[in-house]
Amino acid sequence: MSTAPIFADEEWRLPSRGKVAMLSLITGECGIFSIFVAAYLYYIGRSISGPTPRILEAPIFNTVCLLSSSLTIWLAEREIERGRMRAFGAWWGITILLGLIFIAGTALEWHTLIFHDGLTIHTNLFGTTFYSLVGLHATHVIVGLIGLSIIMIFTLLGRVNRSHAERIQVFSLYWHFVDAVWVVVFTVVYVVGR
Amino acid sequence: MQHQPSFSPIRCALALAVFLFAAASSAFADGPQATPSIFAPAASPAHEIYSLSLFVLAITGAIFVAVASLLVYAVVRFRGGKEARHEPPQIYGSMQVELAWTVIPIIIVLVLFLTTTRVIFAVQNGAEPESALDVVVIGHQFWWEFRYPKLGIVTANELHIPVSSKLEPQPTFLRLISADVDHSFWVPQLSGKTDLIPNHPNQMWIEPETPGLYLGQCAQFCGMEHAKMLIRVYVDTDQQFAAWVKEQQQPAADVAAAAAGRQVFETEACMNCHTIAGTAARGTVGPDLTHLMSRATIASGTVLNTPQNLHAWIQDPNNFKPGALMPAMQLTDQQLDQVVAYLTTLH
Amino acid sequence: MADQTVPLGNSLGAAYPSSGTFLEWLHSWVVTVDHKKLGILYIAYGLFFLLVAGAEAMVIRYQLAFPNNHFVSPEAYNQIFTMHGTTMVFLAGMPIIFGLANYMVPLMIGARDMAFPRLNAFSFWLTAFGGLLLYFSFIGGFGLYGMGNAPDAGWFAYAPLTGSAFSPGHSMDYWALALIVAGFGTLGTAINIVATTLSMRCRGMTLTRMPLFVWLMLIVSAMTLLTITPLTAAQVMLLLDRYLGAHFFDAQAGGAPMLWIHFFWIFGHPEVYVLVLPAFAIANEVIPVFSRKAIFGYPAMVAASAGIGFVSFTVWAHHMFTVGMSWVGNTFFVLSTMVVGIFTGIKIFNWIATMWGGSIVFATPMLFCIAFVFQMLLAGLTGIMLSVAPWDWQLHNSYFLIAHFHYVLVGVIVIAIFAAFYYWYPKATGRMLSERLGKWHFWLFVIGFHVTFDTMHFVGILGMPRSIYTYQADRGWNTLNLVISLGAFLQGIAVAIFVWNLIYSYFRGQEAGSDPWDAWTLEWATPSPPPAYNFATEPEVRSRRPLWDLKHPSDPDWKYEA
Ligand code: HEA
Ligand code: HEA
Ligand code: HEC
Ligand code: CUA
Ligand SMILES: [Cu+2]
Repeated sequence: MSTAPIFADEEWRLPSRGKVAMLSLITGECGIFSIFVAAYLYYIGRSISGPTPRILEAPIFNTVCLLSSSLTIWLAEREIERGRMRAFGAWWGITILLGLIFIAGTALEWHTLIFHDGLTIHTNLFGTTFYSLVGLHATHVIVGLIGLSIIMIFTLLGRVNRSHAERIQVFSLYWHFVDAVWVVVFTVVYVVGR
Repeated sequence: MQHQPSFSPIRCALALAVFLFAAASSAFADGPQATPSIFAPAASPAHEIYSLSLFVLAITGAIFVAVASLLVYAVVRFRGGKEARHEPPQIYGSMQVELAWTVIPIIIVLVLFLTTTRVIFAVQNGAEPESALDVVVIGHQFWWEFRYPKLGIVTANELHIPVSSKLEPQPTFLRLISADVDHSFWVPQLSGKTDLIPNHPNQMWIEPETPGLYLGQCAQFCGMEHAKMLIRVYVDTDQQFAAWVKEQQQPAADVAAAAAGRQVFETEACMNCHTIAGTAARGTVGPDLTHLMSRATIASGTVLNTPQNLHAWIQDPNNFKPGALMPAMQLTDQQLDQVVAYLTTLH
Repeated sequence: MADQTVPLGNSLGAAYPSSGTFLEWLHSWVVTVDHKKLGILYIAYGLFFLLVAGAEAMVIRYQLAFPNNHFVSPEAYNQIFTMHGTTMVFLAGMPIIFGLANYMVPLMIGARDMAFPRLNAFSFWLTAFGGLLLYFSFIGGFGLYGMGNAPDAGWFAYAPLTGSAFSPGHSMDYWALALIVAGFGTLGTAINIVATTLSMRCRGMTLTRMPLFVWLMLIVSAMTLLTITPLTAAQVMLLLDRYLGAHFFDAQAGGAPMLWIHFFWIFGHPEVYVLVLPAFAIANEVIPVFSRKAIFGYPAMVAASAGIGFVSFTVWAHHMFTVGMSWVGNTFFVLSTMVVGIFTGIKIFNWIATMWGGSIVFATPMLFCIAFVFQMLLAGLTGIMLSVAPWDWQLHNSYFLIAHFHYVLVGVIVIAIFAAFYYWYPKATGRMLSERLGKWHFWLFVIGFHVTFDTMHFVGILGMPRSIYTYQADRGWNTLNLVISLGAFLQGIAVAIFVWNLIYSYFRGQEAGSDPWDAWTLEWATPSPPPAYNFATEPEVRSRRPLWDLKHPSDPDWKYEA
């Protein structure tokens, strides 16, 4: 149709739009997180009264769980590429489990902080910045878990197959991001901040 | 299709020049002016800023003339005719030219930057001399509190500072804090503005050259009456300043004839918000009224300090300043008269 | 003008199925996922708010035309200037710009739609509801006085004035929530545009062959990802303060209002470049076509735009020279701010060089673009004046600042948007806008604009601060303010003519044909208006100006492009 000369052998390859979009979303998320991190760092040690970050205990077990879920989701990605759906489902399920353990751990931690140490978002600047930063991350974990579970349900119903590998990869980018952000949050809150 | 090019560039340049001249000409006038022009400086650092601004104007003006001429020339010279069009030669770029118009601006930017840095440093890093006067400026919604810690004076809205001279430099250092929201202290003929931000104390200094009354106002939106948060700065000669200090250090006048008014003041809620030194009134929500009559205006420069205006103000501050944080006090006419009579004795 | 038929994708005429009832028509617009329809929705929505916010500007100017004027109350004035600024930036500027991108980007890169059509529709409706939510505050934001209460703390909404202690009622909640919602819409669109430009290009459309318009929209969208999100984060903090009693900006509990100022400008400064780069994008398309020359220095244009994008994230504190930063901070931000001038200079010189040696056609889009170049020069130079920190201590928050940014926002962005309307209206509707009305619009607007905003610099120099609902009669600002207001009304008339032109030409305008301007980018290879699928066959390109190659087979562009 076109009269413009074309080199037929010119290969025409474009990046996957799903990945581009997910990376863009992650970039945007980084914007949100960096503002909360900045506020946390700025307010370290500036509370006028109330409990200090000393009451925190580093959630090592939680962290291990969350970080290993990055590994399990990667294994799941590999399995679906090869079309081994049962193995995929298994790794996927373990990922969800690890995420749930993490969220439960956070819930326990918050429960102690609120009812034992009397720290709420209203108590002082530490409470304000702690709950909002960790809460922001927890929100992302929950969103991720919802996504993971939906895919799990479809997997169990047998609706997921090899052709969905790319979408699965796009989604796991998000989960990797949630894990990576935890490293930052953990460092800021439990290492630098204490 | 019309042929003449856009003439707006030329016309605007001309208009701009004329205007600029008119505005700048006020700079040749000396001393305080009703119009607080930044081009009529009467103190340091306003002077240094003014000189810097002329330099920047000259450079940017030159850039403007050069580039606008190029643009106008291109538009006039290369206007297409009506004849059957054949496309002009296509030019896609030129390394040399593009390099040139990258390097020249870099050099200009360096010059501008270095000049600017010098003035920033000169203004921000001056050490505070022994002879300096200290004033604490507290911004309130919508009025100014001035405290002279070394002199034991508290006043409002009208700042008195001594004139400074080369021989006897007497700069005033202002510490700027806020009681509620952000404000900004700006008296253009004396200095640039500096913000008053809660939990962020700031500082600025003024070294005035010519005595007189200088006008300014709050320059950061701070709520409903931001527009009427005016500033009056009296630059006094040494004698005037000494006299003023002496007067301010007296306790409040106590005139027997005004006792009824004083009673109203102390029994109605007035004293919860206002201080009158030497009486039971110790409030800090509103301006200190100890020497109210030494001020030419009330309500932060909104109206003249006359008995009628005081009357109207106390009856209902919304008369002048809707949204001012003083409530209408619901006094009877008689109480009003008495209170105004009392206030007018507070010299 | 151009009757050459361009074989690209033109094989199917613009035959539309005749539309059914009004309801069906409406339904088709509400459920549409077509990038062109969504683009038009965005633009119509933005245009509507441009008129609303413009009407608010008229109220501002009437109030300030005379000293001690009582046309509106202080509360009302504060709401109106806040809503004017917020609306113009978020509900007029952004939607029009993203609407244009939505419409043009897929066409220009030879794609059939955006990468994610449904996300596109979702984003539009989010933005739309954000705007409605903001305006609902006039009715719903119960304030102190038991009546509707719009946000009234300025578009910068400095804490702690926005805290519940100083802004009781719900007006600030509306402000924050509405902008968060609209912000997510913007984020969705930005993601979509990035994905579209990177992943949907037709064969042969390499990155170095993309039209500059697409390049700039890509840069803008990428910037938006990191621009809108800090504001969203800060607004979430504000809401946490207001609803859960957190203390981010609460000075009483040791919180730092300074932090808000930083966060706002970390958003606010890149935001103004997000607004201006699309204006540059428009000029990049219009100026070459009406100069009849290829754009001068394409690689430099891309590099300079990317440079502006990067540097603009490091200059935010030039809005904060008066907050009391150390001299180190001040000098750093002076330098980084001035560096933007170098990049912008490159662009201005390239535009002039594009006209140089050309054969300039003074059609209305070009008139607006000439005014645009002139205006960007002038406005940039007033920006340089502000970037000189000591001078900014005087000029900050004065009417000089207001004049600077209206020089850019109106003189550059709105004027470029007008150019875009005259240029692409024929493509979107199949009809030309009236040139006669266009010239009236142009001259009235440019004159009114200069009367208003040139004069505004002088009241600023004479010490008039912004955000004041009235001023004292003895300050010597009276005449100048009257002149400013008269100019504003002139602009109002010009805009009214423009709106009339849009309506009139839709029904009576001259038929446009597919390529009325004899232009070179792919959108002109489709019929006007383009069919839903844009291109019957996927185009393939070999250069930046595929239609030039077709029209000049003996001397195609790709021979010269490196
Ligand atoms: C789209 C909008 C837009 C654009 C493009 C710009 C562009 C610029 N702006 Fe502006 N600005 C605003 C919108 C914009 N601004 C807004 C909305 C505000 C106020 C917000 C508020 O407070 O509410 C503001 C405020 C603002 C301030 C803060 C003032 C204050 O609050 O006190 C400063 C200070 O540095 C500034 C500077 C600049 C500079 C240096 C540029 C530069 O990008 C300009 C670069 C261009 C040129 C310099 C001209 C061309 C160059 C040449 C011909 C080369 C040769 C030139 C040199 C070597 C200098 N702007
Ligand atoms: C894109 C952005 C944009 C645009 C286009 C404009 C356009 C205009 N602006 Fe605005 N302005 C801002 C962004 C913008 N502004 C911002 C961000 C602020 C800061 C706010 C703050 O401090 O919080 C501001 C503040 C601001 C002020 C300062 C207020 C104050 O500080 O007290 C003033 C004062 O004159 C002003 C005037 C004008 C005028 C006269 C126009 C004119 O160009 C408008 C021209 C007219 C029209 C475009 C429409 C004409 C109307 C009709 C034809 C009728 C319509 C009919 C119906 C709706 C039924 N603006
Ligand atoms: C709730 C606090 C409050 C009460 C009660 C109050 N005031 Fe005030 N007053 C203020 C505030 C705040 C201002 C400053 C208003 C402004 O300028 O915006 C003020 C200003 C004034 C002024 C002007 C001072 C100046 O220099 O500008 C006078 C006079 C005054 N009040 C008198 C009175 C009298 C008399 C009473 C009682 C009958 C009274 N006030 C009760 C808060 C109060
Ligand atoms: Cu105080 Cu504005
Ligand atoms: Cu800026």
